[in-house]
Amino acid sequence: MLTRETTLNIALAAALLAVPLLALAMDEIFIITLATKVAILALAGVGLNIALGIGGLVSLGHAAFFGIGGYAMGILAAHAQNYEPILEAPFLIEGTNQMPIIWLVAIVASALAALVIGALSLRTSGVYFIMITLAFGQMLYYFAISWSAYGGEDGQSIWVRNEFPGLNTLDPIQFFLIAYVILCVVLVFSARLARSPFGLALAAARQSEERVMTVGLTPFHLRLVAFVISGAITGLAGALYADLNRFVSPTMLSWHTSGEIMVFVIIGGVGRLFGPVVGAAVFILLEHILGGFSEYWQIFLGLLLLLMVLFARGGLIGAIAGREVAHD
Amino acid sequence: MSIILILEQVLNGLQFGVMLFLMAAGLTLVFGVMGLINLAHGALYMVGAFAAAAVAGLTGSFLLALVASLAAAAAAGAIVEVAVIRRLYDRDHLDQVLATFALILIFSEGTRWIFGSFPLFLDVPDYLSGPVSLPGGIEYPLYRLTIIAIGLVVAAALFWLIARTRIGIQIRAGEADREMIAALGVDISRLYTLVFALGAALAGLAGALVGAIQSVQVGMGEPVLILAFVVIVIGGIGSIKGALVGAVLVGLTDTLGKVFLPQLFGLFMEPASATSVGASLASMLIYILMALVLLVRPSGLYGGSN
Repeated sequence: MLTRETTLNIALAAALLAVPLLALAMDEIFIITLATKVAILALAGVGLNIALGIGGLVSLGHAAFFGIGGYAMGILAAHAQNYEPILEAPFLIEGTNQMPIIWLVAIVASALAALVIGALSLRTSGVYFIMITLAFGQMLYYFAISWSAYGGEDGQSIWVRNEFPGLNTLDPIQFFLIAYVILCVVLVFSARLARSPFGLALAAARQSEERVMTVGLTPFHLRLVAFVISGAITGLAGALYADLNRFVSPTMLSWHTSGEIMVFVIIGGVGRLFGPVVGAAVFILLEHILGGFSEYWQIFLGLLLLLMVLFARGGLIGAIAGREVAHD
Repeated sequence: MSIILILEQVLNGLQFGVMLFLMAAGLTLVFGVMGLINLAHGALYMVGAFAAAAVAGLTGSFLLALVASLAAAAAAGAIVEVAVIRRLYDRDHLDQVLATFALILIFSEGTRWIFGSFPLFLDVPDYLSGPVSLPGGIEYPLYRLTIIAIGLVVAAALFWLIARTRIGIQIRAGEADREMIAALGVDISRLYTLVFALGAALAGLAGALVGAIQSVQVGMGEPVLILAFVVIVIGGIGSIKGALVGAVLVGLTDTLGKVFLPQLFGLFMEPASATSVGASLASMLIYILMALVLLVRPSGLYGGSN
């Protein structure tokens, strides 16, 4: 017997696939690109949701990982397109335009960054944690601006989208499918993680730290592992996002990006598996509907967000599927 | 590099630090008393700067502009507190972050709507412009010296307010136990509005003072807001003294790092790469400082045990 939320999740996954396929039949290329954007931003949100939803870690610095993923793509691809090795001595490292390698580098680089940032920030909690993650994110932002080798403030462009073996990534629908499949794989991973002993212990550490310590687990370690996994997924999303735009710039690292990723998660519903998918879709739709209506659409976005926080708690999935996940 | 250059940069760092203190004081008060993390504090800084630029444009008086910045930011703060912030005190930090992030969007785009995207300019008045000679042969801009003086006066007044006045006693009591002071007959919601408006007014004043050095534009408050967070993390949340020490530390570290790190690297690297490596490292220096403080004291220099 499927629960209401599972049914809703299956419907959402089907809808995210159906919309671009319909758009393909109607020759609406722009809609396919929008759907790709939704899938990628949702992936970034799924990453944050592991730290925020399960672990209760309010990280306002996830743009750091998103941007590191983006720069992993930008740096590797820029060296590949200019035929310049990244490093010649002591051993040769060359750029690449192969997506799987880029993804791997993005995941490893952002996981390492999350390990360092997490190890420092998780020494604190509550409002300190929010401010510190925010500050570390901003540190990387200013570093990217002052780092002139890859465009500094102007960012780094890539002429051609990177390649995936056997597919034509320049075809919008094929690139969408890559992003969609990755999103689905990560969603399955995230669902299994939440139900695994690790996920249960992490959720327990959010609800009652003392009890978790009493059974012999260390909340710090649980949270650090969650933060690293979370950062790695958001980093992967960053690499895909940079590939979608064929461009990476410090904007990906700015704290507005962190805020937006958090907004995706919260619009959909914190701790809900498909929360970020709904959130990213609603955000992109609002951007286009309100953006067409007024240049100052972010005022209305701000008002909507404010109303949601004040009056509609639990996000959209919570409003439709009811309260199934205990979350405080 | 001469002693004079170093002293000048120390004064610059002090001026920056004092300005950060005006921002951080409000943030730390609001957190200490109400337990609220306010991302929209930078928006109040921007409101102050725009109010000052608009009034200076109309009247030509810098003094009126400063008064306007205090009044406008305090009013905006009070309105926001009554309309929105008041509902957030009992919520978790996540809701506070999201709601105040929403307020930033509304304030920024609203200001862009009213004033347009182009920066405004606020001129330093004649009686404050030009350099003054300090002992030791340093020529230093009078206006920056005035900012340092204003900042120090505000800091002293704030310490006096918190330590010696009835309002200050209520504020400290509110930090310690809000139910108890409500039970003793203090109108707690009026006190909260007052504290929030006070913090907002200080942010607005900082915005106006800096607006005369830099340009007045949408989004100007956000970099300062994040630096103010760093200040609070270093100083310890809720501590005014911590905010002052943290602000001066951050101001000096940032200013001196930006000037001297490239020169330091220039001693053993070629000039072009020394400049870029030095500048990159300088931009990260205050965050490294923050990380170091956290390693030694996770709740900041003057933070409590919680």
